[in-house]
Amino acid sequence: MATDSALFEFLLRQGDNSLVLGHRLSEWCGMGPALEEDIALANTALDLIGQTRLWLSYAGEVEGAGRSEDDLAYLRDAYDFRNALLLEVPNEDFGRTILREFFFDAFQLPWLHALIDSADERVAEIAAKSAKEASYHLERSAETVIALGDGTDESNAKMTAALTYLWPFAGELMVDDEVDHAIAEAGVAPLPSTIKPAWNATISGTFKEALLTRPDSDFAHAGGRNGFRHTEHLGHMLAQMQVLQRSHPGAAW
Amino acid sequence: MVEAQTISEAQVWEWLEDVPDPEIPVISVVDLGVIRDVDVSDEGVIVTITPTYSGCPAMSIISLDVELALAKRGLEKVHFKTRLSPAWTTDWLSEKGRASLEDYGIAPPQPAGGPERCPHCQSKNVEKVSQFGSTACKAQWRCRDCLEPFDYFKCI
Repeated sequence: MATDSALFEFLLRQGDNSLVLGHRLSEWCGMGPALEEDIALANTALDLIGQTRLWLSYAGEVEGAGRSEDDLAYLRDAYDFRNALLLEVPNEDFGRTILREFFFDAFQLPWLHALIDSADERVAEIAAKSAKEASYHLERSAETVIALGDGTDESNAKMTAALTYLWPFAGELMVDDEVDHAIAEAGVAPLPSTIKPAWNATISGTFKEALLTRPDSDFAHAGGRNGFRHTEHLGHMLAQMQVLQRSHPGAAW
Repeated sequence: MVEAQTISEAQVWEWLEDVPDPEIPVISVVDLGVIRDVDVSDEGVIVTITPTYSGCPAMSIISLDVELALAKRGLEKVHFKTRLSPAWTTDWLSEKGRASLEDYGIAPPQPAGGPERCPHCQSKNVEKVSQFGSTACKAQWRCRDCLEPFDYFKCI
């Protein structure tokens, strides 16, 4: 088995990706461009937060320091988060929100399917549960990317701007580091880089229909998954997300 | 108070048939397929529950409702276990549950991915409004004949 510290890091990455994207999507609650979209964004956020609970509660058990899922979500600061940078940048507009979710969903679905074969039984169980929801998310985010890309001149221009902004953040999801190697050697998960062909295929197929052009550069910002250098945006997001526990430590109801 | 070991597991299942789903009260938690196991021992009753959607806020209410329903029958020692695997699927909805859903105006899940017919007028001429709906488990559809919107229980 993987060492507990590598497994803990891996589980934080899993949980923090879902948590940070789930929180970003929840920021749309009550502000969606149409009622159906508002409900869809809130429901997707709910699925992601539910998945976060499964990952972070397991992370707390593996760490063995008595931290609960809530402690991990609400009492850590930005540098202790292990989410990919892609997921923490601001929503900006509906188009960028959807394109970001699509980039993540296109990774997450094949990733979770691979985790179903994990040597760690609990990881396999959480992945099997989450994959069903992820497949639903990808279906919708891909359809919406197509509707917006192949929509009006204005919606296409907004999606193109979103693509220019988000593209350099997407690659980090699939860049391996030493934690990934330790986890792969233990059979807990494959290397994230092995997901790249599936991700590329989903992106290319959807972009073709969405009339969007894939950028040439494969440059990828790094620093989120290992916590080395988050963007300035994560701290602002956490200030909102964690305000209650920061103002009233230990508050419960 | 009733001593747990004098109660049969079948009896507990029967009682659970009377516990409604908190969001869709026409079906019971047993019809919904979330109760996976009931185990009666000297320690009390252990009820194994599997979540529908991982973020579904109804799950904690379901445990509470089950606990209250069994307490009403005199069973005080009720413990809950959560089982993630195999993951809940809409295939576990009972036939009775599916029929009750349709009577209530919610189209039951279909493997094809969309409702078989409008739960109000039975027309097959239906269209999707949104993949998501009023709860985590539902999508919004509309009937092109009677023009009524309706909920569709998502198939997972």
